[in-house]
Amino acid sequence: MNRIKAFGAFWYDFVIGDDWHVAALIVAGLGLTAILTHVAGVNAWWLLPLVAFAALGWSLLRATSPRK
Amino acid sequence: MNALPLILTVFVACAVEAIEALTIVLAAGITREWKSTFQGMAVALVVLAAITAVVGPAIAYLPLTPLRLVIGALLAIFGLQWLRKAVLRATGYKALHDEASAYLREVTAAETAARESKRGVSDWYAFTLAFKGVLLEGLEVVFIVITFGANQKNIGAAVIGAAAAIVVVTITGIVVRAPLTKVPENWMKFAVGIMLTSFGTFWGAEGAGVAWPGNDAALLVLVPVVALVSAGYVFWLRSRKAAVGAPARQAEVVSS
Repeated sequence: MNRIKAFGAFWYDFVIGDDWHVAALIVAGLGLTAILTHVAGVNAWWLLPLVAFAALGWSLLRATSPRK
Repeated sequence: MNALPLILTVFVACAVEAIEALTIVLAAGITREWKSTFQGMAVALVVLAAITAVVGPAIAYLPLTPLRLVIGALLAIFGLQWLRKAVLRATGYKALHDEASAYLREVTAAETAARESKRGVSDWYAFTLAFKGVLLEGLEVVFIVITFGANQKNIGAAVIGAAAAIVVVTITGIVVRAPLTKVPENWMKFAVGIMLTSFGTFWGAEGAGVAWPGNDAALLVLVPVVALVSAGYVFWLRSRKAAVGAPARQAEVVSS
């Protein structure tokens, strides 16, 4: 059981890293881009870069703010 | 798209990982025993080659659009992790990765570990240290080679970039016989983070269905914009830190 946990923890750390919010925001950004493009007919090429910049900024802010 | 950006990106990314693997291999070889160290290294390289040989061609059979969506998402997440660490290091919120201190830590641990023969290997500690070091650092190389290569339908070019980096770092390591402390590793990681984030965002959005203005030429704008925004975050955090007073630098040294 411990080995399975360690294996899972390794891949989580490898792919997701220190802040899962970044991964969640990127996945949400991709989903929203797909909806805008395929359902609303908007060529939303600008959305994912904006989401990536926002995710990075938010993650940096969280990492550098004093813990409450 | 020209194969040169692909080869250069993979080269720099793989050079960073190879430098970290070299530090571990040198610590195991010099402190313990070269034969067992080389055995561990060789087994790890065989495992990495097998993963690349199996996953690389298999991924090439997948349809390009969903492949770009998944791989773009993974690359963007991976790249933002690298960028986050690089910005935190550049602003002093995270300790800089230092090959000299990483080497000293490995040497200290290797000197105190007991010697044990196992499964035909004369020094099991040296074997496992080299095996784990090369495998873990190498997995990131394999990930970058496969994702970049598959997206560009040019795994061969990605392998050339990775192999060139490994050869250059290995030859330099043999000549210097010490960890490569003079290499600007932290700035290389910053550059890799920018490239991974840019390519990941580009391919991910394409996979989600968008058409980039100018097609592939959009990358020529996206890469500098990601670099500028990241530099802006460094400037912002430095200014904020100066305004509130410098916090104590964290003692942790992360491995990647």
